[in-house]
Amino acid sequence: MTLRKISKEQPDNFEFTEENLNEVNKIIKKYPEGKKQSAVMSLLYLAQKQNDNWIPLSAMKYIGKLLEMPYVKVYEVATFYTMYNLTPVGKNFIQVCTTTPCMIRGAYKLVEACKEKISENENEFVKEKNCSWMEVECLGACINAPMMQINDDYYEDLDKEKTLKILDQIISGKKPEPGSYRGRLNSEPENNRKTLLDIKNA
Amino acid sequence: MLKLKVNDIDVEIEEGLTVLQACEKAGVEIPRFCYHEKLSIAGNCRMCLVEMEKSPKPIASCAMPAADGMVIKTNTPKIEKSRKGVMEFLLANHPLDCPVCDQGGECDLQDQSMFYGIDKSRFKENKRAVPDKNMGPLIRTQMTRCIHCTRCIRFATEIAGVPELGAIGRGEDMQITTYLEKSIQSELSGNVIDLCPVGALTSKPYVFEARPWELKKTESIDVMDAVGSNIRVDTYDWEVKRVLPIINEDINEEWISDKTRYACDGLLNQRLDTPFIKYNGKFEKASWEEVFKIIKSKIENTSKDKIAGFVGDLSNMESSYIFKEFFDRTLDSSNYESRSSNYYVDNSERENYIFNSSIKGIEDAGLIFLIGANPRFEATILNARIRKSFLNNNTKIISLNDVGDLTYSYEKLDGQTKTIVDIFQGRNDLSKKIISTKKPLIILGESFFKIESAKYIFDLIKNYLKKNNKISSEWNSLNKLTSDAATVGSLDLNIINHNENMFDGLNNHKYEIIYLLGQDDLKFSKKDEFIIYQGSHGDKGAEIADIILPSSAYTEQNGYFTNLEGKLQKSYKASYPPGEAKEDWQIINELAEFMNNRKLFNDKDELESSMFNFINLKRENKNLQKSNIEINNSFKNEKLLVDYKSYYFSNVIARASKTMLDCHNSKIGVKRTGTYG
Repeated sequence: MTLRKISKEQPDNFEFTEENLNEVNKIIKKYPEGKKQSAVMSLLYLAQKQNDNWIPLSAMKYIGKLLEMPYVKVYEVATFYTMYNLTPVGKNFIQVCTTTPCMIRGAYKLVEACKEKISENENEFVKEKNCSWMEVECLGACINAPMMQINDDYYEDLDKEKTLKILDQIISGKKPEPGSYRGRLNSEPENNRKTLLDIKNA
Repeated sequence: MLKLKVNDIDVEIEEGLTVLQACEKAGVEIPRFCYHEKLSIAGNCRMCLVEMEKSPKPIASCAMPAADGMVIKTNTPKIEKSRKGVMEFLLANHPLDCPVCDQGGECDLQDQSMFYGIDKSRFKENKRAVPDKNMGPLIRTQMTRCIHCTRCIRFATEIAGVPELGAIGRGEDMQITTYLEKSIQSELSGNVIDLCPVGALTSKPYVFEARPWELKKTESIDVMDAVGSNIRVDTYDWEVKRVLPIINEDINEEWISDKTRYACDGLLNQRLDTPFIKYNGKFEKASWEEVFKIIKSKIENTSKDKIAGFVGDLSNMESSYIFKEFFDRTLDSSNYESRSSNYYVDNSERENYIFNSSIKGIEDAGLIFLIGANPRFEATILNARIRKSFLNNNTKIISLNDVGDLTYSYEKLDGQTKTIVDIFQGRNDLSKKIISTKKPLIILGESFFKIESAKYIFDLIKNYLKKNNKISSEWNSLNKLTSDAATVGSLDLNIINHNENMFDGLNNHKYEIIYLLGQDDLKFSKKDEFIIYQGSHGDKGAEIADIILPSSAYTEQNGYFTNLEGKLQKSYKASYPPGEAKEDWQIINELAEFMNNRKLFNDKDELESSMFNFINLKRENKNLQKSNIEINNSFKNEKLLVDYKSYYFSNVIARASKTMLDCHNSKIGVKRTGTYG
């Protein structure tokens, strides 16, 4: 839960970019007049996206003002939900799924890879690498286990070597191709099988 | 009307009430933590579970609307078991530190665990520990004790109108905090201490002072503002340890302002405990007889029109009355005055100087127009009513001036007196609004009465309202917002000079002897005047005095106070004055006896009956004096300045209080806060 602790280092200012402001107006319009507080979660998410995957206090204040609601109410929402990060996590935020199906398929190997490449402990922001990693609960891609999520993309069917390679690329600033790393299209069966009956013991 | 059955007792209740209220009507007590009559319903403590017929599970009675034909059971084994279960969960993380907890003895959790708690714990894990929060100089936090009832959050958001408290995190990690741990910017913040059902929020100045069962409790009346909040004064020996509210739905509901609650430590500091005489600029202790002798010889050698008396803002009505009698009968003079500056007031009719709509009436108002008033600081509890009206009825509130955050949003006008004249001559949009509203409320602050053309505008407003039938037996929309406890009482007693402007006299050094009865707010430079100060605290008045007569504060003598809506209430003696100090009426009575060998009154009863006789006569307009002073009755446009005493330093007791100083320091420079700031 360390990520929900407020970071000690805070930027002085936060403002939405022009592009995001247009988005904000669109979001606010979805709700009836006088009920724009309802947009708080979407706006927090937008702020998180704009600000390298974390929400500074100034952003909460900014959103509170924008939606004409008390700051503490924004603060409450931001601290309630686990997917809002309140400390810097780096431009590349790596979430490794370690729930049962992934774990059985070797998720801890991925964790090892992260420990080698990024930091000994999870939730440790490594500034020079501009990333951090954490274990998370099920990300809903069990059929492609083990897997991890980097920002918005899923990297699936991994093992330790593949993970190390992906992490190398990430750290050097490249963006590896998301998706299955065993050549599968989405979550379809391997080797062009159409049904599970074709080969026994698949 | 709905008909329910609670434990086989038939009850009939109004629609819209909850099952819990129905149970209370049936005389069945339901344990609760999060539910509170004055706050919105949260339903999160689950302590109020009851069994309802046809419901497979117990229901939270506080959140369940009552419906016709419900059959409720509260005394079944199932309910007892579920309450025990809830209590066990609440206690799982609650520390067992009652012996060092200030709430001990008046703690809801402690009381209820006596009924529903089990005597051992099955919880072997480590208890949760929560860091304490900084909530300013008044509220001490011990957040590990918090059971997350959220009463404090709801109070701050709904009643106090400062949405600064919130619950951050979730589940076991949930914590109650102010935004970034700043102190609460409210004058009602102390009430969260009463609301807290456990010892998470306790009083900081009262920390480890006393246990509730050691204290002597006296029900009394507050004098920190003119609202006249009903309070309970808790004393240990002669020390006033704390002040708590008692419920009076017509006045303070169940809240009191921070000044009322916390200024009581000022009763222990700066006290005058013996008579003093000033020799060569230095005060020296003296006996009562010595000071009386000096006063007697001084008065005998001075012509009576050169003696002046001023009554202060905290004097009870008996003291003021006997002071007036002393001047009338012993000195044969009418040079007494209760105002502290020359503002306009016409006390020939009572409706001119009281809050006619009554505090409760604010809830019915359709429109509130504030002229020269900042109710947040002048009458905090009354401001909470305005906020209530604003929230419940969406009442439109207009203020002539921009007076900062009032905890509700209001329309601001330009602050020129010309605007008032326009409105009440029917030349403004607002004029129509006032006429078309069934129950408008015009609140005139004390700052309004200080302007030059106060009489002209006041008469204009009054006539306009009368003409449009807004002053009638049903609804009187003309209101004066008084800020001092003694003001209305003194005006009722006619302690106002009708013959001369005493403030001019003061500034021209006309008077040779000035007798101040707890009056510390006079603005004049002392020259050769001989000043007698009678009061409880060494403050501005005592500083300039030549003779000090030590008297009692409001908790140390019985006395009547009339609050701003004209309600007469009696405050009771909870403690006794320090040292040689005496009650105000006694001092004056003895001084009169010393001078004339004749007491003014034989005892307090005689004084009281004489006073009430006077008030009754005045109400029937039998002893009224017409004012002989020329009052400016023309109009001049000016900017109305809303000027009020600094909230935390408005009277001698507050000024002597360390807590009030801390509050002031923690809030310095903070004027506009909250959502609408």
